[in-house]
Amino acid sequence: MGKVLRAWTLLALIAITGIAAAQAIDPLPFRDHAEELRFQHLTSELRCLVCQDEDLADSNADFARDLRHKVFELMQQGKSDAEIKQYLVDRYSDFVLYDPPVNTRTWLLWFGPLLILITGGVVVGYTIRKRSRVGTPVAPTDNGDDW
Amino acid sequence: MTPELGQLALILALMLALAQSILPLLGAWRGNRALMAVARPAASGQAVFVALAFAILVWAFLHFDFSVQYVADNSNLQLPWYYRIAAVWGAHEGSMLLWVLILNVWTVALALFSRQLPEVFLARVLSVLGIISVGFLCFILFTSNPFGRLLPMPADGADLNPVLQDPGMTFHPPVLYMGYVGFSVAFAFSIAALLGGSMEQAWVRWARPWTNAAWAFLSCGIVAGSWWAYAELGWGGWWFWDPVENASFMPWLVGVALIHAQAVTEKRGSLRAWTILLSLFAFSLSLLGTFLVRSGILTSVHAFASDPRRGTYILCFLAFVVGGSLLLYALRAPKVAGGKAFALISRESAILIGNLMFTVAAAMVLLGTLFPLLGDALNLGKISVGPPYFGLLFPLLMLPVVLLLPFGPYLRWGKSDVPALKQVLVRAGMAAAACAIIAAFFVEGQLKAIAGVACAVWVGVGVVLYIVKRWREMPRGRRYPAEMAGMLLAHFGVAIFLIGVLLSESLSVTRDVRMSPGQVAAVGGYEFRFDGVTQTTGPNWVAEQGVVTVTRKGAPIAVMHPQKRTYTHERVQTASAVDPGITRDLYVALGEPMDANHVEGAWALRLYTKPFIRWIWGGGLFMMLGGFVSAADRRFRVKRDAEATQTITTPVQESQA
Repeated sequence: MGKVLRAWTLLALIAITGIAAAQAIDPLPFRDHAEELRFQHLTSELRCLVCQDEDLADSNADFARDLRHKVFELMQQGKSDAEIKQYLVDRYSDFVLYDPPVNTRTWLLWFGPLLILITGGVVVGYTIRKRSRVGTPVAPTDNGDDW
Repeated sequence: MTPELGQLALILALMLALAQSILPLLGAWRGNRALMAVARPAASGQAVFVALAFAILVWAFLHFDFSVQYVADNSNLQLPWYYRIAAVWGAHEGSMLLWVLILNVWTVALALFSRQLPEVFLARVLSVLGIISVGFLCFILFTSNPFGRLLPMPADGADLNPVLQDPGMTFHPPVLYMGYVGFSVAFAFSIAALLGGSMEQAWVRWARPWTNAAWAFLSCGIVAGSWWAYAELGWGGWWFWDPVENASFMPWLVGVALIHAQAVTEKRGSLRAWTILLSLFAFSLSLLGTFLVRSGILTSVHAFASDPRRGTYILCFLAFVVGGSLLLYALRAPKVAGGKAFALISRESAILIGNLMFTVAAAMVLLGTLFPLLGDALNLGKISVGPPYFGLLFPLLMLPVVLLLPFGPYLRWGKSDVPALKQVLVRAGMAAAACAIIAAFFVEGQLKAIAGVACAVWVGVGVVLYIVKRWREMPRGRRYPAEMAGMLLAHFGVAIFLIGVLLSESLSVTRDVRMSPGQVAAVGGYEFRFDGVTQTTGPNWVAEQGVVTVTRKGAPIAVMHPQKRTYTHERVQTASAVDPGITRDLYVALGEPMDANHVEGAWALRLYTKPFIRWIWGGGLFMMLGGFVSAADRRFRVKRDAEATQTITTPVQESQA
């Protein structure tokens, strides 16, 4: 579903630039399978900056291809994942990360669900406590039909 | 001339929708039966006109009426007839019309099958549905008219987006909308209960099958969408936590909470206010989902401003529906509270905790989806929230649900005895541990896969134990009422889904390879031999088609034909080849020739093996089936006089859950 919009944008891009669309199938000369896995994982956490909502691993935009090759090149230079991400953030801001860092701008994003959970948990706890005291709870005396 | 008739039909439908929304409400307020009686005929009439408008649009597509802008934008002479019908909902204007049509179908069905409801209550329900319809019809007529003309008429149209030219995509939007719109019944029901100031258990019983059916449709729509994304897009994934996907997932999550809360309210009278609140949430999120996908706001906040009328209308309508219903809730909810007492260890408590987790999960998805938009709108800088965020938080929130799930059927209403639960804990726990240990030998230390097996066995064995218990303890014919059978199916679906997700996520192998004809690549224990590329054609496309022969230890497994299609207007779309299997899918996507001038030479291909991935959709289908089976329970349709008279408009001080 989500890919529809991405595809729309991709198609819009094609209309503009005339590039041929296909999947981002991009064989690179990896040393071994472990390196390939690391590359796949890393590029799946990075955003294709010119696409609607697509990661680097799956984007066919020229720009994404260039960035993929840059990531590959940095890996060959022995850079760690963190260093590669930092390299990209320095150039393209946090927008390139699908895994937004925890900072003052994103604390609501990261801890908001926890706050809601705690608040909801308190309400649920309070409700159960209250409801167990409004009377004596009894299970229905039925013969299994009113399960 | 006919498109103008469509326009006219929509205007007449709007008039009737206005009558349907205003008159019965007045009648219910004043006790005027004549006014209340307007609801049914107005709803039927409206449905006729909307269906007429829809048929006229279909007709325009079938007859290549390119003088209609929407038809010219979304179809052309080469498009086969079935995709021309699907093109009706292929873009914004038509999909809004489809939404209204489905709303009318639900409304008419409701008017037909609700004779046992009190007149005043039904008048209010139909009136609320009328108001929603007015909102959408105005939106269509004033901002998104599908019948707008294009002059001079072009000789040929543009094209339906090739990604939509697929059976899965044809089927996905209507089913999804059936789900979205279906939640409007629970919504209207809740508003009517709030307006009337009381909520009888009998009414909730009557509302439950509608909610279950809506949720089942939504499940089906999501499965279809996910399946299509997997099979068509050559990216091998099935879920990306994309805003468009999240838009459909949020009402689904709240829907899960809602169908459970409704069960509590119907059977025990408890959690009434909460049930009402959830129905408001479920429908509000459905509206949000519809608009998020169709408004263009996701592309950019600024796209919203490029057509300010639509954006403004949507915001106002959402504010009216969400704000209005919440205000009404705040004012009236205490009036409808009440119900029986329950202890900490009871089914009510367990459902309440599950409800909490599903609601928080929906809130988390909402936050993650809207956060980048908010940041962008408030100039806080652009950030991306993607799979790593959702993929971390969602499983954490769902873990308690998975752990609680086997106990669900064993827990009794009100107060449950502990020994029976301990027995489940021991049996399901031991089975899960044993299977996890066995699995550990096969998955090369992939913790995620081991956890997947353990969780799935935990849930699955829990369900099976309960099936056995009922078989032993109950006489034939009373063992599995449809409502319970549906629950068991859906819960078992969770086990299947868990296997699918966790095993395929952890054990899939993906490789991008450069292959010359005759070359072999080994992926996940299979040998893929590339046998070159040939040309092939379809109704409105030409394609380069790769031939890939798969063997396993020399034994032939499959011959696969991944394609790269070029549609009219030079739009290119891949069509991946999938060899399905219960324990694994083989998947090949064709990339580009390594040298564009030598297509007979080497090509880039992406090869996948995906263990157990089919179980993801299998699990989803089980859940869908569970929803429908539950909805079909006769108990919901039979009027139980004894209980129907047992109105519980409890005093305010007994407070709500």
